[in-house]
Amino acid sequence: MSASDTPTGAREPLIVARGLRKEYGDFTAVDGIDFQVNRGDSFGFLGPNGAGKSTTMRIIAATLTRTAGEITILGKDPEVRGPEIRAHLGVVPQQDNLDNSLTVEDNLYVYGRYFGLSKTFIRGKIEELLAFAQLEEKRGVKVEALSGGMKRRLTIARALVSEPEILMLDEPTTGLDPQARHILWDRLFRLKEQGVTLLITTHYMDEAEQLCDRLMVMDKGRIMAEDSPANLIKTYSTKEVLEVRFGSDRNAQYADQLRSMCDRIEVLPDRVLMYSDDCETLLHEIVGKGMQPTTSLVRRSSLEDVFLRLTGRSLVE
Amino acid sequence: MTIKDLTRRGSLQIVDVAKIIRNGSLYVAQARIRNMWQWKFSIVGEAFATPMFYLLSIGIGIGKIVNSHQKVGVDGVKYLTFLAPALLAATCIQGAVGEATHPVLEGFKWQKGFFAMNATPITGKQIANGVLLAAMARTAFGCVVYFSALYAFGAVHGLHALWLIPETLLAATAFAVLMMGVCAAIKNDDLFLNMVQRFLIMPLFLFSGTFYSLSSMPKFLQVIGWVSPLWHATELGRWISYGHHISHGALVFHFTYFVVLAVVGFKVAHHHFTKRLAK
Repeated sequence: MSASDTPTGAREPLIVARGLRKEYGDFTAVDGIDFQVNRGDSFGFLGPNGAGKSTTMRIIAATLTRTAGEITILGKDPEVRGPEIRAHLGVVPQQDNLDNSLTVEDNLYVYGRYFGLSKTFIRGKIEELLAFAQLEEKRGVKVEALSGGMKRRLTIARALVSEPEILMLDEPTTGLDPQARHILWDRLFRLKEQGVTLLITTHYMDEAEQLCDRLMVMDKGRIMAEDSPANLIKTYSTKEVLEVRFGSDRNAQYADQLRSMCDRIEVLPDRVLMYSDDCETLLHEIVGKGMQPTTSLVRRSSLEDVFLRLTGRSLVE
Repeated sequence: MTIKDLTRRGSLQIVDVAKIIRNGSLYVAQARIRNMWQWKFSIVGEAFATPMFYLLSIGIGIGKIVNSHQKVGVDGVKYLTFLAPALLAATCIQGAVGEATHPVLEGFKWQKGFFAMNATPITGKQIANGVLLAAMARTAFGCVVYFSALYAFGAVHGLHALWLIPETLLAATAFAVLMMGVCAAIKNDDLFLNMVQRFLIMPLFLFSGTFYSLSSMPKFLQVIGWVSPLWHATELGRWISYGHHISHGALVFHFTYFVVLAVVGFKVAHHHFTKRLAK
């Protein structure tokens, strides 16, 4: 039994929410959701902008009060014991809120002090974190001079200064170029391997597939499904997807004919998605029936397809 | 290139929550001072230059004219002596308000640093206290420098005049914390600081009996003085500095005014800091 296990063998629940609800006037941002995150989980909230992911994250981070429902983090109610909960969280907000007028090193130092950590401890930790974030050469540089990717890495490093039990990342790679994203994913993956509990919101399906072992698909404040990425795909989609384009006028025109040929289709403005376990054969049939797509692509099902199935909408609109 | 994994004992082992609940305000103040430290030369320069400019131009320049027309000066003392407590209070109150309001807009709106602080165990109340503490540390430094200049120019005399320092700081703290609280509630901040400077600080400076006794003004203008922290601070300051006549009742009233202002100020600030962070 590892240290993180409970005596019964089940992993220790760190976050438990029941009927969690947040309203802003008439608008319901989070609509009575239930979920549980266990120690060591890498748990993702997947959904489009406005799905209620960030609101849920802020309630967990003990910086936003809920309207109704129950939630405990590390067994404590965030509205009563906020500081005690926040002492064990590392928070990476959607927008970097580093102190631009301070140097890279001083940002880490000052943040460590907010956790009451000793100067000696923080000094040592800064060396480790600078190496981890590949910012050693930038230690004396003011934050305003850093690139977007560097700022993001620094924000993550800052969240790690107190060795948090739960690391919360709100849209960690939005706005970053592909290379910067991969560096970040690598760092997060290392943390996951070390047993840090990760909580990630994202509207990138590749990010969710890379980093999360459990996913909660959210839309309009509600949970549409919850499982591992692989199981979600297995449950809500076929093995493969065929994407065909006939030109924008003709996509809809062929829709009825195409629908009868496979399990399910989705007609998008620019293309038709066809769901089947054998898409190569399907493509041959289409061509055999005299329909000539201008382009076609056979690919594996992704979380994007799951989302489309569950909500009828695309993740990134 | 290999990346070393981070060493890890975990926050449950290394973070002492009770200590943060105790010292959080100090951590915030330290961070603020670290930030100010970047401007140390201009802060020190301003602290020394301000009293020099005022004392040379108004105190000595205008004082010469006033003293030559009135044999006994003003309020029974030399004009510079009359003026000194008011200048000290005006400078310190203005400085404290600036240092307590600017970081609030920066923290809530421009850089959102307060939200970063609040993601740690630090509470809104501690952020407010810490920002004020740092503002008052800077104000105290300015106050001591100003007082020393007054001493050097012969504008204040005797050891008892040292009481001017805590009295001025009480006044500055009381008004600064109230303005800090108001500032935390402001959504459209672009004009706010300019408005405060032009329509609050400036009139208070001119209509609070700074340059002449409040009683020499028409009654309707005296009202500005009665509500003005600067007038109350000046009255108390003149009493401390050269024994300006104040009744016992007025003395109690001036002190009570500042205590009430401070209590209300802290309540307003704590309320709005907590509320705005939770939005």
